[in-house]
Amino acid sequence: MDFRLTEEQQALRAGARELLAGRFGRERLRAAVEAKDLDRGLWAELAGAGMFSMRLAEPEGGAGLGLPEAVLVFEEAGRALLPGPLVATHLAAGLLDEAVVAVVDTTRRPLLAEHLADAQAVLVLDGKRVRRADPAAFDPVPEPCLDPLTPLYRVRGGPHTMESLAVLDTDVRTLRRQGALLTAALQLGIALRTLESAVAHAREREQFGRPIGSFQAVKHLCADMLGRAEVARVAVYAASVTGDAVDTATAKLLADEAAVRNARDCLQVHGGTGFTWEADVHLFLKRAWVHATQYADAAANEETLAAALRR
Amino acid sequence: MDLSRTPAEEAFRAELRRWLAHVLPQLPPAPDPGDWPGRRAYDCAWQRMLHDAGYAGIHWPKEVGGRGAGPAEHLIHLEETEKAGAPYVGANFVGLLHAGPTIAAEGTAEQRRRWLPPILRGEQVWCQGFSEPQAGSDLASLRTRAVREGDTYVVTGSKLWTSHAEVADWCELLVRTDPEAPGHRGITWLAMPMDAPGVTVRPLRTLAGSTEFAQVFLDEVRVPVANRLGAENDGWRVTMVTLSFERGTAFAGEVVACRRTLGEVAAQARSNGAWDDPVVRRRLGRLAAEFSALWSLIAWNVSHAGDGSPGLGGSVFKLRYSHARQELFDAAAEVLGRGSLSAAHRWTHERLSSLSYTIAAGTSQIQRNIVAERLLGLPKGP
Ligand SMILES: Cc1cc2nc3c(=O)[nH]c(=O)nc-3n(C[C@H](O)[C@H](O)[C@H](O)COP(=O)(O)OP(=O)(O)OC[C@H]3O[C@@H](n4cnc5c(N)ncnc54)[C@H](O)[C@@H]3O)c2cc1C
Repeated sequence: MDFRLTEEQQALRAGARELLAGRFGRERLRAAVEAKDLDRGLWAELAGAGMFSMRLAEPEGGAGLGLPEAVLVFEEAGRALLPGPLVATHLAAGLLDEAVVAVVDTTRRPLLAEHLADAQAVLVLDGKRVRRADPAAFDPVPEPCLDPLTPLYRVRGGPHTMESLAVLDTDVRTLRRQGALLTAALQLGIALRTLESAVAHAREREQFGRPIGSFQAVKHLCADMLGRAEVARVAVYAASVTGDAVDTATAKLLADEAAVRNARDCLQVHGGTGFTWEADVHLFLKRAWVHATQYADAAANEETLAAALRR
Repeated sequence: MDLSRTPAEEAFRAELRRWLAHVLPQLPPAPDPGDWPGRRAYDCAWQRMLHDAGYAGIHWPKEVGGRGAGPAEHLIHLEETEKAGAPYVGANFVGLLHAGPTIAAEGTAEQRRRWLPPILRGEQVWCQGFSEPQAGSDLASLRTRAVREGDTYVVTGSKLWTSHAEVADWCELLVRTDPEAPGHRGITWLAMPMDAPGVTVRPLRTLAGSTEFAQVFLDEVRVPVANRLGAENDGWRVTMVTLSFERGTAFAGEVVACRRTLGEVAAQARSNGAWDDPVVRRRLGRLAAEFSALWSLIAWNVSHAGDGSPGLGGSVFKLRYSHARQELFDAAAEVLGRGSLSAAHRWTHERLSSLSYTIAAGTSQIQRNIVAERLLGLPKGP
């Protein structure tokens, strides 16, 4: 047992961070807020860097890496607040050939789906199977999303149309579990980034003639943010190693909480600035809220964990 | 990121399991919680059994009598002994988890030879005399004076909240040797025999009804200079070594025990109907996540222990764990309903004693200060 990251894993994470800092820094983030459409050039670059295919075997065009490596890359994507159907496209690698793939989860109501207009294909998940569909088959109607970087659609198409779709040869539970874990990794990135942002502001901003970070009320908010982020980190990493369903529920539950609550506390530390459109804090919080509803929400994760307790 | 066990580690686990299955049925019944001499005898007998089987001081270096095992074996040991329902370190807590590791890290060869083997054999019990009536969170303001007279320190003052003082042979004592030096600079670490003339122990009753700790009065107690660990006035640094151990793996076994209790609480909820309430189920599910992650955090801290002090990572752990433990026994009380009013129930006693977790070994507020200032680099307060 050695839970530390290997040198290769550290290098992978550092490489992902560097790539994203170069290609999706603050200016690009703010431009994306206005642009709405997916940046296909960036998407192609991410694909070229192996973001989606990394877990496929080398002969199939992948890098033969595992979930622990994927989780490290997605942590960085979360930290950069990279937009787009990252998890869905990653899950579709090896199943579908399209470059941009969205997910429709038919077990959830209301039936809403992210990124449909940008996608060329859709993974349709129900309780039993994974199917393939064209985005147009759903007759998507745009629904304004609280996150300006996540285009959202109301989806039509009843169960009878679903039946006619091509069934993909993959296990829906595995796909959901991996989707939940990679989303948890995005949340971990958000939790860490909002912590750093809060701490940087607390060191810099002065009131009453001293940095606000010297006040315990602010300090203790930051300390609790670190606690949440570190607990989420070990939970996400552990689940990536075991691949276990209950470990994944642990990871998603704690990472969702860390992302949402850290983003809120980050907003609080920023004071009035934190409530403005110009500050980035709200973008992190809104994305964290979106992720928290994906794959498995708090209620579902807690019920999964409860059901696994001793009978 | 490797959480797998090597065949050698699995063999260690199997051998330990066999041994536990063999010896645990032979243990006498556990003594009454209020019977301190009985508890001491019981805890020391258990420590002796561990020692004779080669399981004492699993992760202590071989040259001080430990097994010299790595972090993986250490965690397996904590996991398996808890799972098997083996006795807890109990009265040997300070010796095995605070004073011992400090002596191992800072003591001379002679001091290690003198004090460590009796701790591992369960022959000598230690207590920790740090806190004072006027020095709690602000430990560095401690006032107990030690005046040097030749090769002896003459110690006068009083220590408070000293756990297990009634049955201890030794006290790891912090004293002020330089009254002029500010705060932490004039402090020295001494090993004081508890039977020395001038030591008076007055047990204090806790809110759980037991006498876990005491006030210790020191009236011109003579402690040989040879009992000093580290240099004179260097006790603060020596102490920090201890506190970092305290916040590291000291609670690992308890996390395993909490996970077991959580399973029992769920079983109880299933049998008394509380389980039908989704609020109860979700509360227990959330606790399962928290304790699972705390176990991962221990594995993470232990894996990184060689890279630096476990003390700081331990602060995050202690903060979350102490809260989670209180939440666990509050949830157990919700499941028991009015049954939680019975003081005879084990969970009621645990609920009461869990209240100390956010206070002892550095309060939660102090842990947050440490995390914010030392890990996050926020400026010191006014
Ligand atoms: C069960 C138990 C066993 C113990 N065993 C031992 C032992 O064996 N040996 C030993 O030496 N000690 C022992 N202690 C003592 C323990 O370490 C102290 O109680 C603890 O450090 C707090 O000190 P205090 O009780 O004086 O509280 P105080 O320091 O007076 O704190 C009171 C309140 O003020 C808050 N506070 C204080 N300073 C600050 C600050 N700077 N910022 C924010 N908040 C602050 C605290 O968080 C707390 O809420 C034990 C305590 C308990 C409960």
